[in-house]
Amino acid sequence: MNWLALVSIISAALAVSFGAIGPALAEGRAVAAAMDAIARQPESANTISRTLFVGLAMIETMAIYCLVIALLLLFANPLLK
Amino acid sequence: MTSPLLSVALFHLGPVPITAGVVATWAIMAVLVLGGILVSRRLSLVPSASQAAFELVVDAVDSQIRDTMRVEPAPYRAFIGTLFTFIFVANWSSLVPGVEPPTAHLETDAALALLVFVAVIWFGIRAGGVRRYLATFASPNPIMIPLNFIESLTRTFSLLVRLFGNVMSGVFVIGIVLSLAGLLVPIPLMALDLLTGAVQAYIFAVLAMVFIAGAISEGQPAPDASSQRTPP
Repeated sequence: MNWLALVSIISAALAVSFGAIGPALAEGRAVAAAMDAIARQPESANTISRTLFVGLAMIETMAIYCLVIALLLLFANPLLK
Repeated sequence: MTSPLLSVALFHLGPVPITAGVVATWAIMAVLVLGGILVSRRLSLVPSASQAAFELVVDAVDSQIRDTMRVEPAPYRAFIGTLFTFIFVANWSSLVPGVEPPTAHLETDAALALLVFVAVIWFGIRAGGVRRYLATFASPNPIMIPLNFIESLTRTFSLLVRLFGNVMSGVFVIGIVLSLAGLLVPIPLMALDLLTGAVQAYIFAVLAMVFIAGAISEGQPAPDASSQRTPP
């Protein structure tokens, strides 16, 4: 195993682990804010949860981007060909 | 372990390689079209049970379009509804043993995102003509033209990566857990995968609606749910 493959594997793990921190914090904040809003206004729970779902999926996409980068590094690395 | 970015050809139809994803896509399309024909063949004013169920789906799509785009849903119902139904059925097709969802491959998602990209231009031009559509690119002021232009490309790309990443990661994680743990262990993960698949189909349809609404609203920002908020 050459050093390029080693660096690719380590950076793939780093990409996923550090890329998960930000979205995790952001999702926690978003859910907390939505809970707060629903507790204040239970009658608008429908709109809030719909918007929350869309927002959560958008936030989660950031983590998914990191996952795609990691998979690219592991499976489709152009430098390792 | 095989790469999730590759698709292996099942067989060749002349010079064209046919992958499992293509077969699954055509099967899903056949099921949807035949189901649509069967249900809509005998429509009556007093609906039967199946007709009522499908009217519920159409009604849900209509109300979502009305809520998100603030327009009458008739011109957009076919596109948005088909997009949602296809992605939903495709994501849940992993329930059938041996079928890998076609949305877990880059090609299907790229085609869907490209459809949205073309539909935004098409609906934008149809709503207000070419000049009004091009004017939406200079919406706050003309300095934003390059940024708006790049955004219309990157948001298509992010639609593609979002759907691909979510569905593919679900399939991938189930494969890893299955190879590590055993037969019945990945069932909770599969249930989570079904939820993710439904939410992603909904997200894709909602984002398509938001993009189209941005193109047809002649330079105003897309209406969002925050405008309904009442002060506490």
